[in-house]
Amino acid sequence: MTFEINNIGCKVGGETWLEDVTLSFEPGNLYVLLGRTGAGKTSLLRVAAGLQRPDRGTLVHNGTDLTGMPVRRRDIAFVYQQFVNYPSFTVYDNIAAPLRRKGMDRAALDAKVRTAARMVRIDHLLDRLPQNLSGGQQQRLAIARALVKEAGVLLLDEPLVNLDYKLREELRADLRRIFRGGEATVVYSTTEPDEALQMGGTTIVMDEGRVIQVGPAAEVHANPCSTKVAEIFYDPPMNVIRCSVSGSMIEFAGIRTALPRHMQGSVPGSCLLGVPPHRIRPAASREAEDLCGRVSLCEVDGSGTFVHFEHGGHEWVMKRDGVHPQPTGSECRVTIDPAGCFLFDASGQLLATPGSRQSEAA
Amino acid sequence: MTMQTQTSAQPAPGIASRLKGSALSSRAIGPILLGLYLCFQMLPIYWLVRMSLMQPGDIMSSSAFLPTAPSFDNYRTIFTDPAWYMSYVNSLSYVALNVVITLSVALPAAYAFSRYKFIGDKHVFFWLFTNRMAPPAVFLLPFFQLYSAVGLFDTPLAVALAHCLFNVPLAVWILEGFMSGVPREIDETAYVDGYSFPRFFLTVFLPLVRAGIGVTAFFCFMFSWVELLLAKTLTSIEAKPIVVAMTRTVSASGLDWGLLAAAGVLTILPGAAVIYFVRNYIAKGFALGRV
Repeated sequence: MTFEINNIGCKVGGETWLEDVTLSFEPGNLYVLLGRTGAGKTSLLRVAAGLQRPDRGTLVHNGTDLTGMPVRRRDIAFVYQQFVNYPSFTVYDNIAAPLRRKGMDRAALDAKVRTAARMVRIDHLLDRLPQNLSGGQQQRLAIARALVKEAGVLLLDEPLVNLDYKLREELRADLRRIFRGGEATVVYSTTEPDEALQMGGTTIVMDEGRVIQVGPAAEVHANPCSTKVAEIFYDPPMNVIRCSVSGSMIEFAGIRTALPRHMQGSVPGSCLLGVPPHRIRPAASREAEDLCGRVSLCEVDGSGTFVHFEHGGHEWVMKRDGVHPQPTGSECRVTIDPAGCFLFDASGQLLATPGSRQSEAA
Repeated sequence: MTMQTQTSAQPAPGIASRLKGSALSSRAIGPILLGLYLCFQMLPIYWLVRMSLMQPGDIMSSSAFLPTAPSFDNYRTIFTDPAWYMSYVNSLSYVALNVVITLSVALPAAYAFSRYKFIGDKHVFFWLFTNRMAPPAVFLLPFFQLYSAVGLFDTPLAVALAHCLFNVPLAVWILEGFMSGVPREIDETAYVDGYSFPRFFLTVFLPLVRAGIGVTAFFCFMFSWVELLLAKTLTSIEAKPIVVAMTRTVSASGLDWGLLAAAGVLTILPGAAVIYFVRNYIAKGFALGRV
């Protein structure tokens, strides 16, 4: 009862959109495709839906090969990032459309349409045309149409990206509730790390048409397998700088300090240090282990401050709780605790994570 | 302080009223010019209506602005004489046939051009349009010979088919523009939802381009209705269209100005009626749907 994607490759106009993607989806689970724009998320979903033909590879659902099967015979539903509905149908007819094609009798159809509409909270709008709905309601309608089909595989391509912040939060909460009870395989794509974490489920990190890490959301977030994943899965992206490990000491950005516990046992040599933005703190007192940079940009949102500063030819980002505006060009003294940092080898593969040894110790 | 403000405030109303005056006059120029333009435009049509209400003798002798001794005799003649009213029926039947044929051919063609990429698609699309650049006279002889050979000569179908020559390319162009305005995602969603192509096309897609279909039908109607050369050559007695009936009356029974004018008025009416129905979409149609 699985949905499998085997060695899918897709090239368009000499450009590689997907390369050798192999994934297996279990029913009843939620999968979140995370990647930047152009990472191949949409292409992968389109190939999975059958809207785009892959150059190589096969799709298998419950043991049957789907690769050449027409879209309308497949057991899938698809939601676009644009709000796509049938403009000339009312909300009711929009939701009923997939059921009518299945030849469902009137009473059962009516019950299902109303249940789906209630699930996404548009049951009071059934007589309207899509153009008379707000953006959020239009996307709810598209989701209702996808849900009512009760397809084995539900694909959502950045469904919340065109909504404003409040609506997005609201609809995301609704989606989590809807997906939790379902038996379908849900594949959900997003560019936002926070959204991937909030949705939970299995995160599939994509970059340049390849899958680079798969695992439960929190686990992938805690153990990014490479600097690439760390950049994609942290917002703002993780600071990655060169460092060198020798014996029991680590040296980075001109600072030489004791190698923290979780990094002990790594092979001495040149490595990369991943510093999560929230692990950088303003220096409390003047010490030798401080980093002194110049602020290039300071962004303040409601509850936190992002300070971008320059040090040693590298752009750093620090995340602070609370509102602490700092003028551009001002001096910025910070301390970095290597105990909260990731260690990657020179090619970007993960060597040590801050959580792992600590949790073992505890 | 108050004195000062008063003195400085005083000139203001004068300026304001002068500004207002010039604004008024410039605002009046537009309607006046447009009114004049409309008069010049409508004058020949008014003259036609005036003549259609008069007797032949009066037309030649009177140049009064209002018709002298107006009567509907001319119209009565047209509606009672089969030679006249049947030519209207002929015209309408080949125009309607032409619209039906053109739309049923152009709708799938336009969909293909707007949705699919195939080798030479742009060239074929352009070639279609070049058909409109050839004068219909070029095709007169082959059409005449061909239709005579297959027994289509002097039937409404002959004219309807001949008019497809210039109407189909135009229809494909206009419809392609309208269809490209419909997001491709709607097609894909329909397939995902289980629609077959014909059902999707008829129940989902056509309602979305109905404005385009209306505009296209109007253009086909218009070009087919006013075309004289092909209509005249491909018909003789049975399927004689109104435009031909009018030209033949001139030579056959002397010059019955009043009757001719009445026929002219009746020829304008269907076009005016159709324009009324698509008035909101005409601009978009002229832009070939690419607005």
